Amino acid sequence: MNVRALDRKLMRDLWRLRGQVLAIAAVIMGGVATLVMSLSTYDSLVYTRDRFYAEYRFADVFALVERAPQTVAERLRELPGVGRIETRVRAAVKLQVEGFDDPINGLIFSLPDGGEPELNRLYLRRGRLPAPLSSDEAVVTDTFAEAHGLAPGDTIAAIINGRWRRLTLVGIAVSPEYIYQIAPGAMFPDFKRYGVLWMGRQALAAAYDMEGAFNSVALSLAPGASARAVIDELDELLARYGGIGAFARAEQFSNRFLSEELKTLATTARIFPAIFLGVAAFLLNVVLTRTISLQRGEIAILKAFGYGDLAIGLHYLKFTLAVALLGVAAGLGLGAWFGHSLATVYQQTTFRFPYLHYLLTAEVIALALAAGLLASVIGALIALVRAVRLTPAEGMRPEAPMDYRATGLERLDPKRRLAPASRMILRHIGRRPVRSALTVLGIACACALMMVGNYQKGAVDYIIDLQFRHAAREDLAVVFTAPTSARVLSELRALPGVYHAEGYRDVAVILRHGPHRYRGWLYGLEPAGRLHRALDTELRPVAVPAGGVVLTDHLAREVLHIRPGQTLTIEVLEGRRPVLQVPVLGLTRQYLGVSAYVQRDTLNRLLREGAVLTGAYLGITAGDEARVYAELNRRPRVLGMIANHASIESFYASMGQFVLFYNLVATLLAASIAFGVIYNGARIALSERSRELASLRVLGYTRGEVAYILLGELALLTLAAIPLGFLIGIGLTALVVEVFRTDLYRLPLILEPSNYALGAAVVLASALVCGLVLWRQLSRLDLIGVLKTRE
Amino acid sequence: MTSQTSSPVFRVCGLTKVYRMGEVTVEALRGIDLELYAGELVVLLGPSGSGKSTLLNILGGLDAASSGEVWYQGQRLSDADERALTRFRREHVGFVFQFYNLIPSLTARENVAAVTEIARAPMPPEEALRLVGLGERLDHFPAQLSGGEQQRVAIARAIAKRPAVLLCDEPTGALDSHTGVVVLEVLERVNRELGTLTVLITHNAGIAAMADRVVRMSDGRIAEVRRNLHKTPARQLSW
Repeated sequence: MNVRALDRKLMRDLWRLRGQVLAIAAVIMGGVATLVMSLSTYDSLVYTRDRFYAEYRFADVFALVERAPQTVAERLRELPGVGRIETRVRAAVKLQVEGFDDPINGLIFSLPDGGEPELNRLYLRRGRLPAPLSSDEAVVTDTFAEAHGLAPGDTIAAIINGRWRRLTLVGIAVSPEYIYQIAPGAMFPDFKRYGVLWMGRQALAAAYDMEGAFNSVALSLAPGASARAVIDELDELLARYGGIGAFARAEQFSNRFLSEELKTLATTARIFPAIFLGVAAFLLNVVLTRTISLQRGEIAILKAFGYGDLAIGLHYLKFTLAVALLGVAAGLGLGAWFGHSLATVYQQTTFRFPYLHYLLTAEVIALALAAGLLASVIGALIALVRAVRLTPAEGMRPEAPMDYRATGLERLDPKRRLAPASRMILRHIGRRPVRSALTVLGIACACALMMVGNYQKGAVDYIIDLQFRHAAREDLAVVFTAPTSARVLSELRALPGVYHAEGYRDVAVILRHGPHRYRGWLYGLEPAGRLHRALDTELRPVAVPAGGVVLTDHLAREVLHIRPGQTLTIEVLEGRRPVLQVPVLGLTRQYLGVSAYVQRDTLNRLLREGAVLTGAYLGITAGDEARVYAELNRRPRVLGMIANHASIESFYASMGQFVLFYNLVATLLAASIAFGVIYNGARIALSERSRELASLRVLGYTRGEVAYILLGELALLTLAAIPLGFLIGIGLTALVVEVFRTDLYRLPLILEPSNYALGAAVVLASALVCGLVLWRQLSRLDLIGVLKTRE
Repeated sequence: MTSQTSSPVFRVCGLTKVYRMGEVTVEALRGIDLELYAGELVVLLGPSGSGKSTLLNILGGLDAASSGEVWYQGQRLSDADERALTRFRREHVGFVFQFYNLIPSLTARENVAAVTEIARAPMPPEEALRLVGLGERLDHFPAQLSGGEQQRVAIARAIAKRPAVLLCDEPTGALDSHTGVVVLEVLERVNRELGTLTVLITHNAGIAAMADRVVRMSDGRIAEVRRNLHKTPARQLSW
């Protein structure tokens, strides 16, 4: 058996069908690229995270206390299951950077004066750690330094415990604890308005009145130890020092955000490649079926000459694999590039790892290869079987003429007003209903992908609008250092520039319902607050009712599995640590975070305290912000200020990169599908119909009239695909919304007119390009050849 | 039937056609001079490769000559561009092919209508189909018709626009002799009743007997032009 002749035929077939081969390969490329992009980004971020956590000894368990004497540290060390331990002073502070008037919240941790900490070590990008026993040296996070253009040697001011201090920055660092940074109570990361710093233990303890004591502890687990058991022991031991409940790494905010984000990446790796590879399988089926039907005679002659069924099957299998390999190879390259870019965007915006190890593992490559090849072979299978089963005698005969019939659609035209050309279009579509339907589906998928790819921006706009124009309408949220008498409100209202102030009381709690628990905050709001309001599930502002708690719907349904009318157990983690039984009175909706609300009076009463606030929401007259900030900065009881409006801008800046990246990827991939499906459909249609189109040209039809028949079918399928694409786009977006639902944020199912327009545009543009290519090819129809041959 | 005193429908002078196929040059026509008249039934006879199809294609506006002139009713066809040739085919020429070239997705009636809809003064498709004896099979698709019936649909399609010229390239080539005779009878009837100049290519000498004139071609040249003094009706032909 001379395989080399067949292989030469293979090369020529591939070359002859190069347009279609490339179009299919492009779709396979899209599938493999999304797969490789998502998986390699996932692997890279996980690997980088794990390595960074290990090298810089990220702790396993964390606990905050009011104040515990340093001697307690020895007892903690002796607890079973505890490995390393690091006690720290943690001070919430206000920061001031010269030339920047907005309020800045900060957190300062102590570093041991004699060398590196046991846990949560710092990666120094520049500079050094504070000198032992230095009184004013500090290290700052790289994000904050970058945002303000700070370098070692620069100074900033910190208000620690109400006292103003000048700190000299000696180092710029990254901490495994603060990869993802967000100020407590803030909605978005804001590198300009939130900074984390480290100082020598002695200096910070002196400034914060924590000498000989600690208020934060981090520990690692001994091999094989259970975090749960250690946390229970820790809570018991620390309760008398004002412990507010220890928590594991899984609940540590930065780490938890990372995990959630990684989960969504892993999901992307499953959904999107499946769509691409499905479309690629369909395209291969169509192209190979046509190729084999055109080559019936050749197959028959080869078989008559003694080539076995297997050799013929193998020949077409090789064709399939060649297309698939081309797509996989391109997809690996593109996926690696996308993956590297995406991982870098992540690193620059959200996961501020000090380094990034981009990882494209052999497993991912093998998986991409397997997925690409498998989808292709499945797609080609029916056509392959047909080639194998064809007997020589049967193959030598021409294929039976196409058996057409009137389509059901024509019943809509009882008076037969449709021109024959239009009938030809309808009947050709009706002749192969499955193929036509799959073509429509394929084009629709492109439209849908484009919609999903561009969905995020609109959704975030919506969330922000809802959050800041309807729910959190305050210009500034003020946090007090300790519960403060509600009389402070009149003092705040008297500040020049403040037109309204309403107080709130929040407290750290664990919410429990049966086996379900959630660690968070319980907010006591003014029942008829004008600034900070809860929204019901119809997104209307609601007054928090008296005598019970109102929960975010996501928190109630997905986390606590509780319904209005049932009783919620609230373990307060501060003060006397009462355990309360409170009825759930209603549900609220919000897209950022989850909350539990009660009336402020109710909370004060439950905590058996007077009219006490932990913070206030202020309305500030436009233009007076700087004055108010300056005034509040001077008040020792004001621990922090959050101006959410200012944060939105910086959030958009970081999101912009993501949006741009995803738009680019979505457009590229959606266009590859749309073009792949439409171009192949057009080429197949031209191949199948060139004879009748040439006949019509001979009979006096102009190129335009013939083009109408060919392109009319494509146009009809494309137009039918757009509304279907909208539906699939909505469905796919709903799927994304479902997948991306976490207690940190949820996405609303909001598709804007621009989403639909972009989806339709990518399809129409692809169709237009295909139409132009086909128009050119119609001028090359062989009018004479077609008269002399029987198809 | 013929009226050679009037001006010819086609006048061909010094027509040559050279194909370049890679490095090989094929001289398909080597200087043809010919006049064809309204109402004539002309048979172009010759072995394959003699140039008869090339001549027919040039007459029908499907191909361009390398040199020489083609005049159609006083207009020079040899200089016409693609657009003008399309209009020429659309308005003046009916084609019948060896393999029928019907549109498989259209019924007999619709195949004819596909041409009548773009013609200036066509007959109704039903009338054209009755003329070829297919008045009862209007709504059949090509796949539901026999070879002879398909060819008759093709003839109906060609004549429905009342063309001045009917060009038939081996119309019986794919048919058995009995069916072939039926098709030739239809052509004969169309020629007689509509007075259409009919040019019929064949390599089958038996068919020549039904022609007014027989043009025998050989090696790209006209070898002989013979007038039949006694036309044999198609019904009496056999091969």
